[in-house]
This record gives sequence, structure tokens and C-alpha cells, in this order.
Amino acid sequence: MLQQHGALMVLALLVIVGSVAFDSFATAGNAASVVVSSSFLAIIAIGMTFVIISGGIDLSVGSLFVLGGVLAAYGSQYGLLVALALPLGACGVVGLLQGLVIARTGMAPFIVTLAGLLGVRGLMLAISGEGATTYLVKNPAFASLGQGELLGLTYPVYITAALALVAMVLLQRTGFGQNVYAIGGNEQAAALMGVPVARTKVTVYVMSALLAGLAGALNAARLSSGVTILGIGLELDAIAAVVIGGTLLTGGAGGITGTVAGVLLLGVIQSLINQVGNLTSAFQQVVSGAFLALVVVAQRLLSKAQRLS
Amino acid sequence: MRRTELAAVLEAKGISKRFPGVLALDGVHLALLPGEVHALVGENGAGKSTLIKVFTGVYHPDGGELRHHGAPAAFGTPLDAQRAGISTIYQEVNLVPMMSVARNLLLGREPRGRFGVIDATKMYAEAARVLSGYGVETDVRRPLRTLGIGAQQMVALARAVAVDARVVIMDEPTSSLEPREVETLFGVIRRLRDEGIAVMYVSHRLDELYQVCDRVTVLRDGRVAHTGPLAGLDRLKLISLMLGRELNEVKADGLTRFSRDRHRAADGQGPPAVEARGLTRRHVLDGIDVSVRPGEVVGLGGLLGAGRTETAKAIVGAMPLDGGQVLVAGLPLRGGSTTAAIRAGVSLLPEDRKAEGIVPTLSVRENIALAALPALARAGVVSDAKIDRMVEIFMRRLRIKAASPNQLVSELSGGNQQKVLLARWLAVRPKVLLLDEPTRGIDVGAKAEVQALIDELAEEGLGVLLISSDLEELVEGADRILVLREGAVVGELTGDEVTEERIMATIADDRAHLDGDDRGAVR
Ligand SMILES: Nc1ncnc2c1ncn2[C@@H]1O[C@H](COP(=O)(O)OP(=O)(O)OP(=O)(O)O)[C@@H](O)[C@H]1O
Ligand SMILES: [Mg+2]
Repeated sequence: MLQQHGALMVLALLVIVGSVAFDSFATAGNAASVVVSSSFLAIIAIGMTFVIISGGIDLSVGSLFVLGGVLAAYGSQYGLLVALALPLGACGVVGLLQGLVIARTGMAPFIVTLAGLLGVRGLMLAISGEGATTYLVKNPAFASLGQGELLGLTYPVYITAALALVAMVLLQRTGFGQNVYAIGGNEQAAALMGVPVARTKVTVYVMSALLAGLAGALNAARLSSGVTILGIGLELDAIAAVVIGGTLLTGGAGGITGTVAGVLLLGVIQSLINQVGNLTSAFQQVVSGAFLALVVVAQRLLSKAQRLS
Repeated sequence: MRRTELAAVLEAKGISKRFPGVLALDGVHLALLPGEVHALVGENGAGKSTLIKVFTGVYHPDGGELRHHGAPAAFGTPLDAQRAGISTIYQEVNLVPMMSVARNLLLGREPRGRFGVIDATKMYAEAARVLSGYGVETDVRRPLRTLGIGAQQMVALARAVAVDARVVIMDEPTSSLEPREVETLFGVIRRLRDEGIAVMYVSHRLDELYQVCDRVTVLRDGRVAHTGPLAGLDRLKLISLMLGRELNEVKADGLTRFSRDRHRAADGQGPPAVEARGLTRRHVLDGIDVSVRPGEVVGLGGLLGAGRTETAKAIVGAMPLDGGQVLVAGLPLRGGSTTAAIRAGVSLLPEDRKAEGIVPTLSVRENIALAALPALARAGVVSDAKIDRMVEIFMRRLRIKAASPNQLVSELSGGNQQKVLLARWLAVRPKVLLLDEPTRGIDVGAKAEVQALIDELAEEGLGVLLISSDLEELVEGADRILVLREGAVVGELTGDEVTEERIMATIADDRAHLDGDDRGAVR
């Protein structure tokens, strides 16, 4: 809890600093653009939060994000329903396979999902003819899912907010959520307490994969095409957001509020770097890395200070 | 007896279980009857916990049959056993430390509100209500790990009993409880028995067995050595059955524990080996002064939460302090670092072996040698032969039962893990050894061995600070006893004053004092 608040506090601090330093930072337009561009990462990070709290990790989400986008764009020629069902179905199956292998064989999630990352990326390259074929979104209803606006924010923002709310309830207020915490906190004890360990683990990986696929589909709708080159390294952004949000990488503690704050924090950092302007993109990454390190240190100090007081 | 006519709720028929290198259970027959409290006893490593885990679906037997209400049963997982009405408190507290007390207690049966969603308010109220019935008054929202280990054990008990169970199995439930909590536990056990529930009870504290158990089964090396009513079975006879030795042999040995001439008045022999002055930490320690001279065994008495464990931790620098100082051989010790303490010759055997001691992924050999390595090393290199020799000595001396020194320590029985930890700190050859519940979970035979070893080392000049909730052990083992309450020393007993009655009285005195004038100030 404390650590989740840490992310929120650092976020507030950064926003204040940014507003003072740059005139164009604290504008409605900029805020909206941060929120909109963060929403896809947020959807993935919500799934990742469940996985990490359960004591696992999911490296396949970046590839699944791309796969979801390509399949959604391809499916959109057959209508809205197919455009959503195809990516969710395919990603769900991948998640199910990964979950089953992890839960049944006890293999390390890191390895299993790394295999998933590579395999899915290969699959995606095959579908798209080594990335040569780009599927365009033909269905206007589907496209509007990613592009439509309400009160200045695109639909994916609302979808993300709704998902975050559901995830929060799921995690805090259902038996499933409690089981996730218990498994991450002490798997052996959880099993002895009668928690269905295998089923819970499988569910968690399926959820993560579904959310990654959904994020990819929405992103394709936004861009009107399924782009194959995006999404590389996205799994690391998601993990970073979750951990910055105060969820323990070792499992057992954390929450959705922190993850959302973590995602926004990454978005704000990016936006601040853009404000500075004229940085090469390579240099941007250095700055954002340094920033991340700073944020994590600040967070630790803040939560320590809180605990002492 | 009427009971034996009843059908067994749960029955083991010729159960065998083999682990690599050891036959842990060898054709065990045991019938649990409704409304009985059945004691299961035996030396460390006899197979008690293994049998329990077979009953609860954790292990699957290699041979024999399990019967549940007369019908053959095979529990695939602990969940299956739980659904069949078999509820268990395992030897090591098996809860989730990071989750809140309430969630641990109610995991899997949280009160639901609208839409089937967990009602947090109700859950916390329910948890607080249930736990207060077990004498645990705490903020149930706090993570479980912030509770003392005894209180954690009570949470595990409350959890096991609250489930609608027909069989309740308890594996050494009292090893970390204080007398008052043991009484609560016994009350619960008697209530369960009167409700017709079958209780299986494992303990190394024999006097407890005679207080609550109706029948007893003795395991020895994985076989049933005896089974029958407990009343009328002589205590020494029971021990001889457990150890597999002749009755007169056991009688001759008596229950020898500490042999040294105890309770010599403190005769001020030389400067203290370790001296703590004014140890203070807000809400925990309130200006504790302790000193231990070479060759002296100082006991710390007091109830759970009195600050005994915390005092020991503070001395070795494992707990940050707001004030106070620790002097070793007259020189101040840099606080906040256990390395400094160990280097200066002060070691602590921690109370919670699972969380603070054992490294489960390492072997017995590595666990024993861990702390002694720096001392054994010459230019950073340690000779294997030297380690082997040392490990060999301790394994023999403490009768550590393992397939080989290279077996994973997590595969040992609970009592044997405790012995491994003790060996680790003895191997360091410290000047002062702080022992927090050193014989917790250790069987009668080995207990005497450990106590004799403490004596012997003290004779050689080791200073010992002994914490034990076993008053008998404290009285027989210590030269001098400090009684703590609410983080402060409230009495010192020396010479002939060192008796169980005096310790109780000193604690009680303070209770009376507390109930009187300044209760408001303390709460
Ligand atoms: N998972 C395991 N792998 C290998 N050996 C094991 C395992 N669990 C138990 N053993 C061995 O089986 C034997 C019986 O152990 P068990 O834990 O049942 O003893 P116990 O009677 O409960 O002893 P204690 O009083 O010390 O708790 C021991 O020799 C132990 O080393
Ligand atoms: Mg045991």
C-alpha cells in the first residue's frame, strides 16, 4: 500500500515540476495525449500485475500485442466481431498453453514466456510475410473503437479505466484475487491452505495474454493497420510500470492503483523528455533510464519516510 | 471401551512412504476415532509429519491404503482432504506472511457482500471476533508477519478449527506457544473432542500429552512401536518406547538434562563477556540492561511479547535501536550490523528457524558450515576436509538424522532442522551464544543432549543467554534469570530464587501492578 502511494506521490511531484518548468506541459492537450498514449501500455500492465503478484513473470506480452494487432487488422475485413474474436482467441490459446506448462511442469515462467515471446514473434512474421504485408483496417466500426472520442479522450482510455476498475475489484474483493496474493506470498503455504494453485496460475497467464491481445487490437484500430514492428520491448515497459507501481517483483504484494500510477509516470517522463526537445532518440532512452532509476530511489525514500513517521 | 466400537473416521492401513535414501513410513496402521484425542509421538525423524502429510494429500503413499469413513480414499491434494473435512495445522506455520491477518484467517471463505464480492468490513470484524476468542487482540489488517510467532500459530489454529472439520490434525502446535496460549489451545481441543471430532496431536512435550490425549501411537523409524490408551502408560515407559531402549536403561539415565551444579550465586568472576546497557526501541524495548559473564548461563523469563526475542536481536545488531549500547569484552560494538557481532564472538540462534535461519536450498553440510566459514578460512580458502570433519562431529553429537551430509536441509524433519541450526552457531565457537528457544521441536533424547552440550560449553567459558518458554528448562539451565515485562527488566532471580514459582510470581506481580494504578499509562 505504502509503496503504491509512493508512485502516486512521485507522479504528482513530476507533474508539478513539469508544469513549472514548461509552459506547454500543463495543457489539456498534453495531458490528454499522455493519457491516450499510456492506455495501451496500461492494459498490458494490468495483466502483468496479476502475473507478478502471483510470483511469476510474462515476457510474451510484447509479441502478443503485435500478434493481436495483426490478427485484428486481418480479421476486420470480416466484421467487428471477428476483428476482436480472432486476436483474443489466438492470444488466449497462447496464454493457456504457457499457463498450463508453468502450472503443470513447474518450469520457470521466465523461460516459458521467453519461448512464448520468440515463438509468437516468429508466428507473426510468418503471417505478415516477414513484415512485408501490412493489413489495413477495413471496418469503420472497428476503427472507431480505437479512434472515436468522448470528451476529448479516445475510447481506449475509457476501456482502460473500466478494465482497471474491474481488475481492482477482482484482485481485492474476490476469492481469485486472494488466491493470487497467497500464491505469490508463499506458494507452498497456499497449497496447504487449499488454494487451487494450478488453476489460479493458468487463469493469470490467460488473463495477461488476453489483455495483451486486446491492447494490440485496440492499437491496430487506432492506427488503422496492424503494424508488425511495434511492440518490441513492450514487455519490459510493462514490467517496469508494475514494479515502479510498488508491486514486488518477488510476488505477494502490490496492486492496480500503483500500476496505473507507474504507467502514467512513464508517460509523463516521456512527455517531459519531449518537452526538452532536440534530443536524439538514443539519448532519450538514456535520460529515461536515468529518470527511472531516480524515481525508484525517490520512491524508496518516500515509503521509508512514511513508515518511520 | 465404548470408543473402540466406533468406526474410525480416518484410518491408515499398512501405509508406506519412501524418500530417496530413507523409508519414512513402513507399514503404518493407525485408526482415528471420532471424539478422541490421539497422540502421535516419536523421535525426530520418526515419520510423524510424513504420516500426517499422507493423511492430508500432500504426499501419496507408496503402499497401503487410506480409509475415510470406512471407504478407501485417495486424496490427490490438500484441497481434497480439506473438502473431506480433514483440517490441519502443519509443523511449520504455513500461512502467507505478507497477507493481512484477516485474509490469512479467512482465505477461501471470506464473507461476501453484494454481487458476490468480498465484504471487507465484515471480514475484518469477523476476523477480530474469531481471534479474540483465541486471546489474540491485534489489528487484523496488519500483515501476518508483524505478529509474534505464537500469535501466528493461534491464527493457524483458528483457521483450522473454523473450517467445518470432522478431523483436526495438529503437528507440534505448542512448540511456540506460551503457557496461557497452551491453555487456550487445550480448551479448544477439549471442545472439539466433546463435539465428536477426531483430533490427532503431535508433540514432544510429554506432560501435555497426559493432559489432553486419550490414546497414543508411538512411531519409531517409520514403524508403529505401540498403540493404546495413554492413561496408565508410565511416562518413562513411553520414553523407552519412543527411543527403543529398555525401560531400566531409561530409568537409570533418568531424564537427565542440565547436570552442572546450578544457581551458584553471582560471584562476580571477572568482567562480563557481553554487556548491554539501556537498550531502547520505541514500543518494544525500554532501557534493558543485561550482562553475561564467561561461563555463565543467564535466562530471560517473561511472557510472549515481553521483549525477550527483541533483546537478543538487539544485542547482535539485528534490530535497529533508538538508544543503548552493547559492549563486548568492554569494547562498544558497532550497532546495526550482525557481522560486527559475529566477528566479536556473539552469535544468535533465532527463534523462527524457517524465516531467519535455515537456507532451504542448501545441504545440511553447507547449512552447518555457513557461519563458520570465515573463521575456518585461511587466506580465503577453506579446506573441504576440515569442514567435513566439523560437520561429521556435529551430526553425530546432536544425532542429526539425515540420509547424508549432502541432503537438502529442507528435506529433514522439523526437529533435525533445528539441530542443524544449533550446530551452525556452535561451529562458530562463539564467546557468547544467545539461544532463542533452542530445543523447540526437539525430541526428549536430543533435548537432553542439547542441554548437556550447553552445560559443557558453559563449563569451557562460553557465556549463554537462554530464552525458553519451557520454564523447567529455564530453571534447570540458568544460573541467573532476568524477568522481562513490556520491554523492561522487572526482576532478577539468583541462587535459590531460581524456581518456576518465583518466575511466575515475578511475572504475576507485575500483572497485579499493571491491573492497578497505571494501566492507563501503559496501554
Ligand atoms: N521431502 C522429503 N524428502 C526426503 N526425505 C524426507 C522428506 N520429508 C521427510 N523426509 C525424511 O523422512 C523422515 C521422517 O521425517 P518426518 O518429518 O516425518 O519426521 P517427524 O517424525 O515429523 O520428526 P520431527 O519430530 O523432527 O518433526 C526423516 O528421515 C526425513 O529426513
Ligand atoms: Mg515433524
